[in-house]
Order: sequence, then structure tokens, then C-alpha cells
Amino acid sequence: MTQKRWPEGWRDVTPGCMVLEAGSAVEYHTGSWRAKKPIWDNSKCIKCGVCYMFCPEGCITEDQEGFFVANLEYCKGCGICTHECWPKAIVMVNEED
Amino acid sequence: MGKRIGMEIALAAAEAAALCRPDVIAAYPITPNTHVPEHLSDIVAEGRLDAEYICVESEHSAISACCGASGTGARAFTATSSQGLLFMQEILPIVPSLRLPVVMVIANRAVSGPINVWNDHSDIMYQRDTGWVSLFAANGQETVDMVIQAFKIGEHRDVMLPVNINIDGFQLTHVVEPIFMPDQEEVDRFLPTYKPFAQLHPDTPVSMGSLGAPDIFNEAMCAKNDALVRSKKVILDVWKEWEKQFGRKYEPIESYKTEGAETLIVTMGSMGETAEIAVDELRKDGMPVGLLKIKLWRPFPFEEFRRAVKGAKALAVMDRAVSCGGPGGPVFAELRSALYDEPKKPKTLNFIIGLGGRDVVVEDFIQMAKKTAASKKVKPEDAYEIYGARE
Repeated sequence: MTQKRWPEGWRDVTPGCMVLEAGSAVEYHTGSWRAKKPIWDNSKCIKCGVCYMFCPEGCITEDQEGFFVANLEYCKGCGICTHECWPKAIVMVNEED
Repeated sequence: MGKRIGMEIALAAAEAAALCRPDVIAAYPITPNTHVPEHLSDIVAEGRLDAEYICVESEHSAISACCGASGTGARAFTATSSQGLLFMQEILPIVPSLRLPVVMVIANRAVSGPINVWNDHSDIMYQRDTGWVSLFAANGQETVDMVIQAFKIGEHRDVMLPVNINIDGFQLTHVVEPIFMPDQEEVDRFLPTYKPFAQLHPDTPVSMGSLGAPDIFNEAMCAKNDALVRSKKVILDVWKEWEKQFGRKYEPIESYKTEGAETLIVTMGSMGETAEIAVDELRKDGMPVGLLKIKLWRPFPFEEFRRAVKGAKALAVMDRAVSCGGPGGPVFAELRSALYDEPKKPKTLNFIIGLGGRDVVVEDFIQMAKKTAASKKVKPEDAYEIYGARE
């Protein structure tokens, strides 16, 4: 059976509300939850990758030079990367700033 | 046709479950259900059944293990009683919400306190609204038959819901009765291999139990309720099929000597058999009394019930649980609600009986039937009594 993106009426709800498509969470852009965003100061970054490993959203990637960036489409602004970054290369700044 | 044997009903329930070839059994012993999982563990240990028997550390784990196993597409079985059932509470509504056909035998027992291990229906009544199909057996034969029927009902693609079979603790579980035990070949013919709608398997990835925010929860509950309401059709079909193959008839509301009856006793569970004798005695004395035995509790068979009480002037409704501060027992509240819009409805009186294993004998049913027949119209809040409570 094909699953609708969003059930309009209750009859469209899949049995048990099962999500029958694998990896569909990628379509849920959690970036809208964010109040603060992480900003990297690459002059302090030692390219250890701790931020990459601790990001619960899996939205931090390594760029071509070996520095790290967050995909703001998915980054919820939890600040775990900033907390874990021991050279203090990441700061959380308000969205509107 | 299987052999007729004398067997303790709890063991017979375990034998019936084993005949259904469950893949996973997870249960924790609690009086009076203990013999069910105990005997199943024997059956697995003896090599008569190839199943994963999980010795869990609690009932919460038992139902969680069964829920997870069912999610992978396994046929799962558990059994419990009273406090054990209440300890499962957190998971009980989730199993039908995930549309997983776990089957559970509930050896009904009073809920504490005071601490009591004997029989009444308070345990299942606390779980009434969880979304399970709920069947009530009146004797050993019905217990065996309903366990086998339960898998077929729950696993049907139009149902996909868990099913519990309620059997009165001690009064049924610990009693030896003559039972026709179907043989394996007969059960295999009746109950095909389980073909799940979806499985938690790497080859067919699905998510079960995801978040339902306010904008979807309403619809999800509507769909869940609808599934349970619609399951009645499948239940009736499965019972017809059972009757065809095994010759034993099942109805949501079973009638006993109701022809021309002005007063009807309504029971659920094993006390129906005691009430039958009371009806026989009263009929001998010329009193027009009949008996209705509820076998299907959820989904409630409104249509069948209204049909069964047509022509009756008074109902003596038996409950085996108290709804503290409420309108009487849960069965009573249900039946009154079912009759509210009927143009001609019988008087209804509620007797809450047999709490925590208190014996109810034939004479009690005779007295309750007589009291009901002679009763005048009463206010709803005066319509129930906890029968036999000493002044």
C-alpha cells in the first residue's frame, strides 16, 4: 500500500500508525525548532571531530578542508557540539543575531 | 474430533495455546494464572513446542516482550492475573494501537486491597478501555476453544488487534473438567500460519510506535476504535467457522431458557453455570425467568444484547467489580446505556456479587431474580447493591 504524506482523514491513517517507508525522517526539517545556532571559529578548531560524533541529529559534516559545519535544515540548536568542543571552537548564537 | 479428557483448566488453556504454535511466550507467574505459563514452559522444555520461552522479570516485561515479538511478526502469547495485569497497564493500550495480535489469558482475580488472590472481574475492568478484544469463558471447554479462536480473530487482516480470554481464577483455572481437546491437525486446519501486515525486519523496514502529535492523535484514536468496533464481524465469522469444524456454537450473548421470560439474569464468566441451575429451579416453580451469558465484552455486542432482552420486563445484572462512586458495576453501566434509547425497556437492577472470591450459590441467584421481578422503578443511583455484604 502507498502511504500518504499526511493523513487527511482518520481512514487514511495507516494500521497502527506504522511508517511504512524507510528513512522518511529526512523529510522532517527539524531546523525550525532552533532558537540558537552553532558557529565555528576555525582558528580554534583542531579538527578532532568530537562535534561530529556527538551531534544527536547527525547533521554535522566535515568539509573539504577537514573543518566541520552543521546543516541548519536539521540542526535543532541543542548545543551539545558546543558543550563537547573542548578547544571551545563553537559558540551558540541567537537565531536573529 | 479430538479426545475428551479430564484436565485442569489452566493446563488445558496452556495445551490449547501450544496447539496454536506460538513463536514467543513471555509470562511471569502470579496466582491464579501461574499454571498456564508454568505448563507452557514444561511443554517447551519437553520439546513438544518449538517456541522462544522468555523468563521475564515482571509482567511489564512480559507484555513488552510479547509486543516486540509480535512486531517482528512472531505469534506471541502471555497470561496473567490481577496486580500482574495492572502492572502491564502502561503497555496494554499500546499493543492494540500498534495493531499487534498478542493473545493473553487472564485468570481473573480481585485487585488489592485488602490483598486478595481470589476471583472477581476487577482486574479486566480496569483494563476495559485499552482496545483489546475481550472474551469471557464460562467453563473449561470455552477456555480451550476461545484460546484457539483468539489467534484467528486477532490475526485476521481486518482486525489486527490483541485478544484477551478471561477465565475466572480458581473457579475455572484450578478446576478439573472434561474437555474435548482438539488435535494438532484440526487446529492447523483451523488456524493458518500467521502472516503479519508488517514486520520489524531489516529487509522490510518500517517504524512502529512513532510520535503522534495533536494534529494526528485524534485520527489515530478514531482509527483504533473503529478497528475494534469492526472486529465484531470477524469474531462472528470465526465463531461460525468454529461451529462448522468443531460443532460447538458461540454467540456474543448466549441465551438460556429465555423464551417467554419476564425476568432475565445477566452474567459474565463462570457464574453463568450456577445461574443456569437457579433458572431451572425457578422455572420448575413456574416463574418466567431466563438467563443471558455475555461472552463478548469488547467490542460490546449492542445489537445482539438489545435483541436478546426484547420482551423482558426486568433484568438482574450481575457484576463482579465495583466502579467506586459510579453508577453501579461496569456491566450494568454498559447495559443501561445500551437500553437508554429503546422505546420499551426493561427495569434494570444491579447486583455486585462474588467479590474477591465470595461464594455465590444457586439460592442467591433465586433471591436476586425474585427481588428483580418484584422491584419497582428506582433512581439510577439506588439501582445497585453489593449483594450479600453483611450489615
